[in-house]
Amino acid sequence: MSSVIKPDKAPKRSEASMLGDSLAQVGACALFLLSILAAIPKSLKHIKETIRQIWFVGAMSLVIIMTCGLFVGMVLGLQLYYVLSIFGGTAALGTVVSLSLYRELGPVVTALLFAGRAGTSITAEIGLMRATDQLAAMEMMAVDPIAYVAAPRFLAGVIAMPLLACVFNALGIFGAHLVGVTWLGLDNGTFWSNMTSSVDVWKDVVNGVWKSCAFGAVVALIAVFQGYTTPPTSEGVAYATTRTVVFSSIVVLALDFVMTAFLM
Amino acid sequence: MSETPKAGGPALVEVRGLRTSLGGKVIFDGVDLDIARGKITAIMGPSGTGKTTLLRHITGQLAPDAGEIRVDGKNVPTLSRNDLFDLREKIGFLFQNSALLTDFTVFENVAFPLRQHMKLPEDLVRNVVLTKLQAVGLRGAAELTPSELSGGMARRVALARAIVRDPMLILYDEPFVGLDPIALNQVLKLIRTLNDTLGITSVLVAHEFAAVSRVADHVYLIAGGKIAAQGTPAELARGESPWTRQFFGGDADGPVPFQYPARDYALDLGFPAART
Repeated sequence: MSSVIKPDKAPKRSEASMLGDSLAQVGACALFLLSILAAIPKSLKHIKETIRQIWFVGAMSLVIIMTCGLFVGMVLGLQLYYVLSIFGGTAALGTVVSLSLYRELGPVVTALLFAGRAGTSITAEIGLMRATDQLAAMEMMAVDPIAYVAAPRFLAGVIAMPLLACVFNALGIFGAHLVGVTWLGLDNGTFWSNMTSSVDVWKDVVNGVWKSCAFGAVVALIAVFQGYTTPPTSEGVAYATTRTVVFSSIVVLALDFVMTAFLM
Repeated sequence: MSETPKAGGPALVEVRGLRTSLGGKVIFDGVDLDIARGKITAIMGPSGTGKTTLLRHITGQLAPDAGEIRVDGKNVPTLSRNDLFDLREKIGFLFQNSALLTDFTVFENVAFPLRQHMKLPEDLVRNVVLTKLQAVGLRGAAELTPSELSGGMARRVALARAIVRDPMLILYDEPFVGLDPIALNQVLKLIRTLNDTLGITSVLVAHEFAAVSRVADHVYLIAGGKIAAQGTPAELARGESPWTRQFFGGDADGPVPFQYPARDYALDLGFPAART
């Protein structure tokens, strides 16, 4: 029996055309970023919406960030105590844990968690707004959706990310202290004094904050762009949320390498 | 076919030589039409003939391949984004699927255009919104969210939102779908009242000729990418052209094909090709 639908007969796209499409997407995303930046002054008119989004992507992500921060710190404490004890260097536990968290693990793991928790919900929300004509309705009411929808979520990502990373770091250090000092018996004074003497505020802490801001901007941009440009179908929204996590993770890790190279 | 309406001075919307293709399909192939000021004009036609697309052209949501679309003297396809937004502030648009903002209550949805564009005291906003909700019979539903509304109620809320700023032009995309007879009657009265008392120009895209004929001053029938017929509802009902006879008679046979183009039915079912 003949079939009406023949997916195997669909024309296959060449690698060159797929590369071209990918580059076009990167270009479209860059233009989208410019339009968001241009709309930020107008979006300040909707400051309540920005605050609502900071609450939504920041405060509502606290549980997952705090829980993961605590466990990452506990694992770090356990692993590093074991490795350092081989060399008789357990006194450096506080130093190693804090530097690992401030410089790399805090910003990066928070960004990955942020992409999974807040990025996907931003994409799905905007994608559904697109599918149900809410963005078109705003346009028809002469309200710019870039200023009302995209820019507040982008700003919320940039503002909330460093705050979340700080919370992650604090819980991580607390977790390492719990394991190293309370459980394994490392001296409390040694843990804190070594940490405070070897961590540089500008070089370690502030650089980590810069990284967090950059990761927040990247994840929020990808999430908003994916939602804004998704095909208005349930399948389109599903693919867009997946792409948000995949692209955000790749870009965050790649950007981390680049920023580390420049900030060292 | 009657002449294009000229009542109320120059037309508020003038479309000249409109040509549009979407996905390789010709939607408009040289359409000319006028929407008279202060009148109710209905755009009718078979599904997929571009009625909603015409509204999207008028509001600048979609640029045509060629042609002029003048709204209040401004050529929409050439307007800058800021000028387009200025024009849209004077236009109300009722979407087919209502397009209510799902994070807001009914009240906040209707108040949204007022709060975004006019610095009014909150007491006045409240009174204006409740007046519009009363007009569509949903004042008591002000605190409900869109997910708590039926399709017909959502459409009436969207209608209240479209008229909340008393625009010069209201575009209704399928306003009668999902309305029960009581709501339909009230919406028809509301459209007529807005038109008569405030002089608002209305454009209706609809399929329900019985409802359209109760309020429309002029009807355009679009088919085959062109204006197939136009006139008052009474003139169209008496029309002898094959387009009007098929559309208003609801016949499957006629110039508008009911079946989407397909290959031989028997072949699709896996039978040997039918003998001719």
